[in-house]
Amino acid sequence: MSESPNKRDLPGDVSETRSLLTSGDYIAGRDLATVVYLALHMGRPMLLEGEAGVGKTEIAKVLAATLDRDLIRLQCFEGLDLASAVYEWNYPRQMVAIRIAEAEGHTGDIGKSLYSREFLTERPLLSALEEHANGPPVLLIDEIDRADEPFEAFLLEVLSDYQISIPELGTIKAKERPIVVITSNRTREVHDALRRRCLYHWVDYPSQETESRIVALKAPGIADDLRNQLVAFIHKLREQDLFKRPGVAEVIDWANALTQLDVVTLTPEVLNDTLGSLLKYQDDIAKLRGSEAARLLAEIQAAA
Amino acid sequence: MSGGNASSEADSGRLADNILMFCRTLRDAGLPIGPGRVLDAMTAVRCAGIDRRDDFYWALRAVLVSDPAQFRLFDQAFHVYFRNPRLLERMMSLLLPTLETDSLGTAGEAPIRRLREAMSGTGSAAEEQGTQIGIDQSGSWSRREVLRRKDFEEMCLEEQSEADEMLRAEILSVADVATRRFRFHPYGNRYDLRRSMRLILKNNGQLIELVRKRRLTVSRPLVLICDISGSMSRYSRVFLYFAHVMTARQRRVHTFVFGTRLTNITRRLADKDVDRALAAVSADVKDWDGGTRIAECLERFNVDWSRRVLAQSGIVILLSDGLERDSKADLGFQMQRLHRSCRQLIWLNPMLRYSEFEPRAMGIRTMLPHVDLFLPAHNIESLGQLSRLLQQDTDSGRASRQLATYQATQ
Repeated sequence: MSESPNKRDLPGDVSETRSLLTSGDYIAGRDLATVVYLALHMGRPMLLEGEAGVGKTEIAKVLAATLDRDLIRLQCFEGLDLASAVYEWNYPRQMVAIRIAEAEGHTGDIGKSLYSREFLTERPLLSALEEHANGPPVLLIDEIDRADEPFEAFLLEVLSDYQISIPELGTIKAKERPIVVITSNRTREVHDALRRRCLYHWVDYPSQETESRIVALKAPGIADDLRNQLVAFIHKLREQDLFKRPGVAEVIDWANALTQLDVVTLTPEVLNDTLGSLLKYQDDIAKLRGSEAARLLAEIQAAA
Repeated sequence: MSGGNASSEADSGRLADNILMFCRTLRDAGLPIGPGRVLDAMTAVRCAGIDRRDDFYWALRAVLVSDPAQFRLFDQAFHVYFRNPRLLERMMSLLLPTLETDSLGTAGEAPIRRLREAMSGTGSAAEEQGTQIGIDQSGSWSRREVLRRKDFEEMCLEEQSEADEMLRAEILSVADVATRRFRFHPYGNRYDLRRSMRLILKNNGQLIELVRKRRLTVSRPLVLICDISGSMSRYSRVFLYFAHVMTARQRRVHTFVFGTRLTNITRRLADKDVDRALAAVSADVKDWDGGTRIAECLERFNVDWSRRVLAQSGIVILLSDGLERDSKADLGFQMQRLHRSCRQLIWLNPMLRYSEFEPRAMGIRTMLPHVDLFLPAHNIESLGQLSRLLQQDTDSGRASRQLATYQATQ
């Protein structure tokens, strides 16, 4: 079968995919672009793993924006169940319908009419399979590792056949496959069966050059000089033995913070004052504050 | 994608063969690649095109690899294979026979040992029994009572296997925790509206009866970290036996061992056969009976594993004598971090068997403030006590309980 009928507005090759992402202010390496391109053309979900704050969720948002599709987001949590992920029957309305039928005296075939679309409340997964005016939507299943295993097992049907079985109503199948992005922070290993159905990509910290471009895009107010210093410092910092290394999101925050403070060049004092936007664990901050930060700074200034 | 001219069809046939062989090579190397993935790989390559080597590489990797730990293997295999497929084949053929005999050797070892024991061991035991027939009391109640309290270190081999059996009977599963899921239950404390509605409709709305549901529970995740340094060898063997029983009894048990470095042996212990599981562990672990670097190993656990295995507020049981060799290490800090990332930290220390034990060693003194429970683990009775504690959910009064158990052991 042809996987994704709506190909007219999809990028034609890997390079186009890459420039598409760039047009949405997302700088992607060739590796990530290949995975996205394949996911779009093979109609497969992509499973993105990586440290927090490296831009996994952002990919879905950018895809939705650049392809002009609806973004449907399902934030996972422990105990996420059918009723809040897929659908729920509207019980009060059903009750009222029964009462009315009773009052009118024809309860004969009420069973059929009570389980119709009219009484169905759609949740993210179901609405992702529905037809959307501007093409199949982008379905973001965020932080799948926070959901428990039973939910993961349920996803298997949705992700391999793009269909959902509702016992009372029958099977609902997507006419056009949505673009599915699954992210995981790896607080728990995702099961092999789910991995097998997805295109897998480990989103790593970007290279120094790429990160510099990202910061330039996302924090445009910052001077080139400071930006280079900042990115060099971050890369030094990531080599340190930290409990949680700063992600790209933190770097952008930091760059914005520095712009707000009208900082022209990095000094140990500035570092000490703003470390909180970069490191989120007290142990890490305590380790870096003071002489250690100054030492790293001296190293990058010597290298420059 | 669907239409292709004849020449590319022929090319792709050859390419398909190559991809197939490549997949098989990876499978032999241990990657979980089934026929479905092979087909996916071909589709992916057809999609991405083979004009650029890196696209080809990323496309194959996206489909065939699903774990960062496999990246290096894939990378090496790719570069060797697609430069010269023959080369890899030859390498594999050179490697495979030795690999196979190796794995046979380790897998076959345990049964052989048991067979040998079964044939010679019982024979000699019978002989011994023959000579000491007057005083043999094996299986009698008082003997079992003695065994319950006997230090693992003082047991002979025969007693050990009997002790294993007794220990198995003492081990209970860990207390359950409530999940956020519900299931139908006749006396549940909530109404199951969905099920009720279906029932009501069955009799056309004539009879309205509400059915109930109640919360599902699962057992709490358990993380066992076991010191296998020289001074601990007897106790760690028993503890691994304990870990094996726990692994079989409930889900979400993770086991680690450490001497000079930390090893995750969870998958090894999943083998139902305890001898085979322990043999696999000993083949995996390189630092048996060596020194201990507690702080460094705990740090590795904190950084690499704690977020992955302790996400749903688990219990950590640490078996160690607390004798840290490296005096400069930040043991207190690592213990504190471990303590903060779990629900309960239990330290088993076989040294507590001495009634006059005092936490004098530096390592023990630094670790002690950060544990919730400090318990002995030198005989069946103490492990049984631990198991009972785990089954009663210990919710409140962490500190007072810690003190109480510590005093109780005095």
